[in-house]
Order: sequence, then structure tokens, then C-alpha cells
Amino acid sequence: MSKTVTVGIADLNVVKAPDILVTYALGSCVGICLYDARMKVAGLSHIMLPSSKQMSNVCASQPMKFADTGIAMLVQKMERAGARRVNMTAKIAGGAQMFAAMSTTAIANIGERNVIAVKAMLNQLHIPIVAEDCGKNYGRTQYFSASDGVMLIKSVTRGQWTY
Amino acid sequence: MALKDYSELNPIQLDVLREIGNIGTGNAATSLASMLAKPVNIQVPKISILDFDTVTANLGGPENMIVGLLFALQGDVTGMMMFLLQKDFSHMVLNTLLGQSLHSFHEIDEMGISALQEIGNIMAAAYVNAIAQLTGMVIDISVPDICIDMCGAMLSVPAIHFANIGDKIIFIEDQFESDELSAVSQILLIPEVDALNQIMLRLGIEI
Repeated sequence: MSKTVTVGIADLNVVKAPDILVTYALGSCVGICLYDARMKVAGLSHIMLPSSKQMSNVCASQPMKFADTGIAMLVQKMERAGARRVNMTAKIAGGAQMFAAMSTTAIANIGERNVIAVKAMLNQLHIPIVAEDCGKNYGRTQYFSASDGVMLIKSVTRGQWTY
Repeated sequence: MALKDYSELNPIQLDVLREIGNIGTGNAATSLASMLAKPVNIQVPKISILDFDTVTANLGGPENMIVGLLFALQGDVTGMMMFLLQKDFSHMVLNTLLGQSLHSFHEIDEMGISALQEIGNIMAAAYVNAIAQLTGMVIDISVPDICIDMCGAMLSVPAIHFANIGDKIIFIEDQFESDELSAVSQILLIPEVDALNQIMLRLGIEI
């Protein structure tokens, strides 16, 4: 029997096959799934903001909130679970713009900026992105299976599909 | 001492926010009644300071589909306000205004969206007026931006914007009753902390 482990907002977790990771209702946040196919270790990080460097007052207490620190932590945790960074591949989803007209405020394009930050961090760690479902204007629930590294995306308006 | 985040609000300050919520809800009910052209009764609103996770749980879980209307506040009070309409509330509005029955959010057409937007607009303005009247501050409200999707995804928008302040927001739950219908709507009031300090100062509350 596999069990399903929930990853909250600004949270991350790591499981081994046959378990499944899930994070609900990604809006402008981005969910990063990392997988070591050899060891069948899967990790999922749900980040809210691009960079810990903009907000020195909160980053120390909540590193999982940010793309840069969150992904680094996820990689470490997977390595402790037996995964190797050279074997890791990434599948990412989220970074939507839920409210179309909010372009005048400070949060304009936060989803897009999150996606850019996530890609930059993965690039820096030499982890290839093999699938992505980012942007647009709908919320996503993301499932990630440690058995086969398949990412399932569910939307309440558009149905579901896999990567 | 000025407030740094919402969790520092003391019981008196919370009472002030409750009172603002009460008056706002009263105003909103009046506007709703004139828009729907029938009497609308209200229950005493529940007002609490909650973190985003609890708000999501109170809204029926992160994947619950709702209508969200987002407003930007500008002027003396800056911040955001989000109006959340559950399915029963959306049904009440559409049924009364357009004679439509709402079985699923997938059926809402452009006319329906426009009607929900207008209701949100009027009710949000009623709330903002309550704050403006009490404090003598000038508050501008933007046109609403609408989204029908998972509530968790919607809430990530204010959660991200206010991530540097904290994880808490002012949550107001209103229950409206009209004819045999009873409908719940929720309002998230998210003033910038500076604005919250200003409101308290204007009302002569020691901070």
C-alpha cells in the first residue's frame, strides 16, 4: 500500500516508492518535483516567493517559502534519503496569474517571477527540467509518484493530465 | 508602540476591527437588499484573525471551488480586500438578478460573471465606507478582479503579497438570509500594517 504525503504551502517533503506526494491548489506558487529514478526517491517543494534575498527578516525562519532556499533544502533532504543530485530530474508546475487585472500592483507577475527563479536555481544545481506546466490563469493540484516519477496535475476548471 | 503584524493586535484593537466588520456588514446587507429588491437579514458576523491555512480550511478546503473578487485599496488605507462567494451565495444573486439557477460554477456565463462582479463591487464599497466613515480617511477601491477556481490557489495571491508581514489576515464571515435562502459569504480584509496603525490612531486607540 502506498501512502499519500501532503506538502503544505511553504513546505517540502521527501518520500520513497511506492508513496505519493501531493500539494493542493497551487496558484502563483510553484511546486517543484525532484526525482531520482535509480533510488526511486521523490521530493516536492511548494514555494511562494522567488528569492530569500529580498526579505532578510523572514528568510531565516522560513527558508521553505523561497525558491532558492527551498530547492536547496529539498535537494539536501533527498540526498539524506539516499538520492544523488547527478541523477535528479525536475518537473515543475504552478506560477499562474489568478487575477488577470492585478498587473498594477506589486504582486504583478509574481507567478512568472517564481517560475524564473525556480528555473535559475535548478540550472545552478545542474538539475534538468524534464516537464513543466506553468503560467496561465488556473489553480493546480499537483501529485507526484515516487514509483515512476509521474506528475499528475488536477484543475477544477480543466480536468486532469499527467507528465 | 506601532504594530508590526496582525498577531500583535490586543483585545481592544480586535474589538475595533469587529465593530468595523459589523458596520460594514450592515451597510453591505442594505446594498444587497436594494440590489436584489427584497429584504435581507443578517446574522452577527464572525470576525477573526486567522492564518491562511485556517482560512482555507474554513472555506471548505484548498480545492473547494469558489468565486473570488479581489480589490486593491488605495488612498489613506492601502492593502487588499477579497470577497469570497460560496456557491449558495452566487446562486442567490444569479437567481434573483437573472432568474438563473446555478448548479455548477462551470455554467456561469459572461452575464453571470458581470452580475457577481457588480454585487461584489457594491458590497466591498459598503465595507470600505464603514472604515472611511469611522475614521474620516479617504479610501479608494479598485474595480474588482474576478476568479472562479480553487480557493487555495486564490488565497495564494494575498498570502504572497503579505508574506513579508506575516501569515495572518482579518477574516469576516457573513450570513445573509433572504426569503427561504440562506447564504454565506466571506471577506478577507488585508490592510497594510501601516494602514492598520493609521486606523487605530484615528480612532484614538492606544497602540
